[in-house]
Amino acid sequence: MTDEFASRGLRESATFDRTTIAAIQHAARTGIYDIRGGGAKRKLPHFDDLVFLGASMSRYPLEGYRERCDTDVVLGARNARFPLHLSTPVTIAGMSFGALSGRAKEALGRGASEVGTSTTTGDGGMTDEERGHSKHLVYQYLPSRYGMNPDHLRAADAIEIVLGQGAKPGGGGMLLGQKITERVAGMRTLPVGVDQRSACRHPDWTGPDDLAIKIGEIREITDWEKPIYVKVGASRPYYDVKLAVKAGADVVVVDGMQGGTAATQDVFIEHVGIPTLAAIPEAVRALQEMGVHREVQLVVSGGIRNGADLAKCMALGADAVAIGTAALIALGDNDPALDAQYREIGSAAGFYDDWQAGRDPAGITTQDPELQKNFDPEVGGRKLANFLRVMTMEAQIIARACGKAHLQHLEPEDLVALSIEAAAMAKLPLAGTSWIPGQAL
Amino acid sequence: MGTLTEDVVQETVTEVDLSASSVRDLNAALHAEPEGSTAGYRVVHPEGKHSLAVGLNRPVTVTIDGHVGYYAAGMNQLATVEIDGNAGVGVAENMMSGTVLVHGDASQAAGATAHGGLLVVDGNAAARCGISMKGVDIVVGGNVGHMSGFMAQAGRLVVCGDAGDALGDSIYEARIYVKGTVKSLGADCVAKEMRPEHLDELTRLLEAAGRDDDPAAFTRYGSARTLYNFHVDNASAY
Amino acid sequence: MCGIAGLHLRDAALQPQLGSLLQTMLCQAAERGTDAAGVGLYGDPSLNPAGRATVCVIESPLAAAEAVAGVERALGQPVQGRASGQTTVFTAAVDPALLETAVRTALPGAVVTSRGENLAVLKGTGHPDDLATTFRLADAGGYQGVAHTRMATESAVTSTGSHPYSVGPDQCMVHNGSFANHATIRRELMAEGIEFDSQNDTEVGARFVAKQLAEGADVEKALRLLCERFDGFYTLLVATENSFAVVRDAIACKPAVVAETDQWVAMASEYRYLTGLPGVENARIFEPEPEVVYAWER
Repeated sequence: MTDEFASRGLRESATFDRTTIAAIQHAARTGIYDIRGGGAKRKLPHFDDLVFLGASMSRYPLEGYRERCDTDVVLGARNARFPLHLSTPVTIAGMSFGALSGRAKEALGRGASEVGTSTTTGDGGMTDEERGHSKHLVYQYLPSRYGMNPDHLRAADAIEIVLGQGAKPGGGGMLLGQKITERVAGMRTLPVGVDQRSACRHPDWTGPDDLAIKIGEIREITDWEKPIYVKVGASRPYYDVKLAVKAGADVVVVDGMQGGTAATQDVFIEHVGIPTLAAIPEAVRALQEMGVHREVQLVVSGGIRNGADLAKCMALGADAVAIGTAALIALGDNDPALDAQYREIGSAAGFYDDWQAGRDPAGITTQDPELQKNFDPEVGGRKLANFLRVMTMEAQIIARACGKAHLQHLEPEDLVALSIEAAAMAKLPLAGTSWIPGQAL
Repeated sequence: MGTLTEDVVQETVTEVDLSASSVRDLNAALHAEPEGSTAGYRVVHPEGKHSLAVGLNRPVTVTIDGHVGYYAAGMNQLATVEIDGNAGVGVAENMMSGTVLVHGDASQAAGATAHGGLLVVDGNAAARCGISMKGVDIVVGGNVGHMSGFMAQAGRLVVCGDAGDALGDSIYEARIYVKGTVKSLGADCVAKEMRPEHLDELTRLLEAAGRDDDPAAFTRYGSARTLYNFHVDNASAY
Repeated sequence: MCGIAGLHLRDAALQPQLGSLLQTMLCQAAERGTDAAGVGLYGDPSLNPAGRATVCVIESPLAAAEAVAGVERALGQPVQGRASGQTTVFTAAVDPALLETAVRTALPGAVVTSRGENLAVLKGTGHPDDLATTFRLADAGGYQGVAHTRMATESAVTSTGSHPYSVGPDQCMVHNGSFANHATIRRELMAEGIEFDSQNDTEVGARFVAKQLAEGADVEKALRLLCERFDGFYTLLVATENSFAVVRDAIACKPAVVAETDQWVAMASEYRYLTGLPGVENARIFEPEPEVVYAWER
């Protein structure tokens, strides 16, 4: 393509490239901004810009498959009588029934439970499919309170108070009319087919001082049994993590800007929030300064794709990660086998991001009963379990190579950065040097 | 039979003095009531404490003798909670069923996101009364503050006094009845015709709240439904 | 993010109890913030003796006795002083501006937290309960007081980041919430030559109000101008020598409750701070409306 234009002497503008031109033309034609899922698509400093220093002479590695490298994690023991004990630190991020089909929610529960980790509800409440198939279920408490029900609060294993998402820190939820089917509408007390608008702030508290009182109420309602997480979109993680801890959170979830399963305006996704890599050291610094690192757990999400990303998050100081987009892909989203169907709706396998539109041929991000038939929750659940196991084993391979008997024993000193940007953000030395940008040699 | 029942109820009234017991003690005792319990509780010296009588799910009766803090009777199911004083932020927030009576004023976000039951405030309710309400009935004897009924999805909000700015902004299918003046209506909220079924409904709600206001003196407000699906000409209302 | 409380006495018979009443309010407010606390006391006989100016400082480089001697040398007049926890209080029978200059000369690096003839601001980092003891709050008297407990949001947990902010004579501000455009307003005020002591957003509000008052506005007008200029969420309690005022932003999410009797006017973030006030059971209690300035004059 490019060659054809180049041979004709045509030059694409770096400023007004074809994507930009198309966006202007779309806005002019329709009068509405682009809404999509998929998280930030631009190139960002990411975990690929870090590498581990495996052991050799100065440190000794552990024998793979022989010598212990544990992966379990306990979340929320600070105040709750019943903290979560997970076998792997890879959890499933909050995604709503409504955004996802009931079958997809079931598959997430099946896959997560098979490997002993947790799954999370989303806007719109808890479904029986989800509770029934999830051994550990985190119940989200969101600004809209769609489907918010104290029975579900009591039925949950942990409660996650959501202030924001990495895709849109400061923005509210969004679900377009096509997905507000009778069941979704019923759960959310909305008219069928409306564009659901949800609030960006909680209706009955604002700020950490009031959040402390809200956490007190939820603890009272659930008799101090359940861990309370606080989830923030990464923007000012140093302050937000400190305030979440001051307000009483047992677990803090920090979601970076690559967080993809929240559908919102493209402009929001690409231009608000900071990369996950940049958020972790600041969140960890906040916890360390308060003396609660590892006592209040840090869960990191936003663009986590494999065991290497997991190990890097752990080394930077996270206690666990949450995956959303990667989990959907494991279930079967963007499957090349469905390429023809993706093309029919104007996309292609590997590119589909209109998860809000409800036309997903994979039957995952849809409420259409016909499309849902394309998705088998048992098969999907098995694929997710496979993926979670692979992620965990990959992280163990790295941890053993660094001589660690537990994933949590990975530390920043096991990492170096490949780019100055990543070195500055992660506060790690540039590979082959002892130079950490911004710090004296 | 009626007398006997009353006697039984009175025998089971438990007094909890919050100058001596903790909020945790109170809520734990209320949560420990067996299914179907109609026990009575009387709470004294509440002194503005938060989270009193929250998460109840038995048909018990709790009377609170004085002012309460945030989230009193939060997420109530089945219980009757009567507050003989003012209520702080978010009284009866996310109530599912039952009855909450406030004999004084209520602070902001009264009945926020509540799905069912009846909330009665004899005095005024502050800003955001009935915000995102999802089926609850709210009757306010006095005025309500700004942004009341914001994104109200279902249920009825009755205001016997005046309403503040931006009443019913972005309202869905909830119905709002106001006897006095409305300072301003929010986006997509309009005055609507009072049909006989609305007069009936309002009469029943006023009765349930123990009020003798004339239903005919009220105006009904609801959604113009212009924001239900995005249209470029309405963009400024978002 | 914080807890606020204030008490404006109408009945002179209650003046000896001002400190103990305010202490009860402050300690109730502790749950909204335990990083720092402070009080502004008007008319305490020992902090503000009749006919004398009072200047308070934090982060004094010298211990109280040495500091008093230094200020005395700089002023050339007798000075009395006392340490109240992290705050040092100086009084002298001179104009407040002269005493302030002497304090600044003698104590480079110290931050002046109040100056005037009626006000003393005592503040510091730590748990409000402990600070109330170091302030000797229970023993204080006076005709009005404000109190603040702080949960630090973006600026550091330091004594200079603590409230109240008193940047003009006998003026005092406490704030719950956070301003969203304070950095720009700070730059504008700095361009006019106004100096700042902290990175705290509330100080910007206090300096903005002080500027309006200095230019002749009354408290009500100054706060209306603040509402026009500042974005964000705030409940503000502002006191001057003879007034006590409350204002909330247009959205009014941060809580505020006012109670009024013939004997006193009180303001608090939550009702429970008021439960120890005499006659509160018969008080007229209401929540301030958004962007309405409520002011009470002596």
